[in-house]
Amino acid sequence: MNLNRTSAIVIRHLYLVSGSPARMLPLFAWVAIDMVLWGFITKYLNAVSSAKFDFVPVFLGAVLLWDFFTRVMHGVTMAFMEDVWSRNFLNLFATPLSISEYVGGLVLSSIGTSAVGLFVMIILASTIFGLSFLAYGMALVPFLLVLFLFGIALGILGAATVLRFGPASEWFIWPIPALVSPFAGVFYPVATLPRWMQYMCFALPPSYVFENVRAIVAGLEVSRSGLTIGVVLAIADVVAACWIFVRVYRHSVRTGLIARYSAETVT
Amino acid sequence: MTNVLAVERLGKKYGDTVAVQDVSFHVARNEIVGLLGPNGAGKTTTINMILGVLEPTSGSIRIEGVDVAQQRTKALEYTNFAAVYAPLPGNLSVYQNLRVFGLIYGVAGLQKRIDALLEQFQLERFRDTKAGVLSSGEQTRLCLAKAMLNDPHLLLLDEPTASLDPATAHEIRAKIQRLASDGACGVLWTSHNMYEVQDVCDRVLFLSRGKIMLEGDPKTLPQAHGKETLEELFIAVARE
Repeated sequence: MNLNRTSAIVIRHLYLVSGSPARMLPLFAWVAIDMVLWGFITKYLNAVSSAKFDFVPVFLGAVLLWDFFTRVMHGVTMAFMEDVWSRNFLNLFATPLSISEYVGGLVLSSIGTSAVGLFVMIILASTIFGLSFLAYGMALVPFLLVLFLFGIALGILGAATVLRFGPASEWFIWPIPALVSPFAGVFYPVATLPRWMQYMCFALPPSYVFENVRAIVAGLEVSRSGLTIGVVLAIADVVAACWIFVRVYRHSVRTGLIARYSAETVT
Repeated sequence: MTNVLAVERLGKKYGDTVAVQDVSFHVARNEIVGLLGPNGAGKTTTINMILGVLEPTSGSIRIEGVDVAQQRTKALEYTNFAAVYAPLPGNLSVYQNLRVFGLIYGVAGLQKRIDALLEQFQLERFRDTKAGVLSSGEQTRLCLAKAMLNDPHLLLLDEPTASLDPATAHEIRAKIQRLASDGACGVLWTSHNMYEVQDVCDRVLFLSRGKIMLEGDPKTLPQAHGKETLEELFIAVARE
């Protein structure tokens, strides 16, 4: 793997983001709005609730972590979509750039863009609404790791979907976090769900994060085994997503789709 | 002369449709080879296979002796291309495009190389201009500058002068001829402009329905087949 070639993909994205307010603003605007909206909702719930239950670390913390996952996923997909929108596949894939270098560049671009969103969310949530990450302790590290890896996996899977089915399929990609969230137990315990949804939950790495967030707030022990399963599942998802992307790329080279991508299909 | 490109029995099928069949040719160092043929003859399919963006059904492609199927990255380090249907991203400036592709090709002394190419292709005043707002001729010059970034041993040019005015096209042809004669480069050139082909190419290959029908010196080939001009020969081959 050649770092120069990977850095070219990152620098390309940096040029695009730094030169375009339309790309810069979404890095922090939507997550900031989410923080403000859910910050006030949790404040209101704390005010009207008779129970001595603090909604801030449960709801606002969950929204922050889920938004982080969403930003990571969209970061990968967005960097990939730039090549779709500018019809750049032929220029890129006719170079010495390998698939691992290209995907590595997309992932590094996403780390940069999602870090901006995470920083803004942490500042807003802690300064305005008093959300303290110290409450999560060291468990915050595996929380962020699991969500980051799962975001990368879904981002690569989204890119593979668009590569295989054409530019119009991007509309399948953007709502994926919203589709996954009911099954991931972001806002409620997994036990709340019907049995069939619970089975799906156990296959989703984020569910282990959010179960532990609620456990910590309730003063219970962190489930080390649960978090380990979450990390292992997330790594497996990244490997599976990379495998799918490589398969789709090879199919596109075999059928000629890469060279005639705007046609969406060559059959 | 050693070969920079060796294509052996290359074939590409899409289901039952044969796009390219049993095509073999080579491009030697310091040689400009014209790949001619009517629309749909298989020229772009052949170029796409050489560039590694289309997998052949059969045959082999070697660039500087390196098999594209086995060592794609190494083979493509020796190669570059410019094509009218592959403009560089319009949302990056001229400089940004050259920097990004320079990094991908691993160009040593990239800053100096970019400056030299901007001067050579008269793009200095467009250095910070978005590629998307350049005229088609300026975009072609940018694509050619990108194609020269890594001093390629094999340069693939698919109708490189199609959108250039006659004066600029003449200059570009002269530049590419100099590159082929002075450097270590071989060029595979497609064009529908037979006068250009006759002027520039050392050898031509006529491709029709995915097969090479004729091969030879563009200056003597028409007479050898009882035609006055290369254009007449082209029409006759295309109608066969």
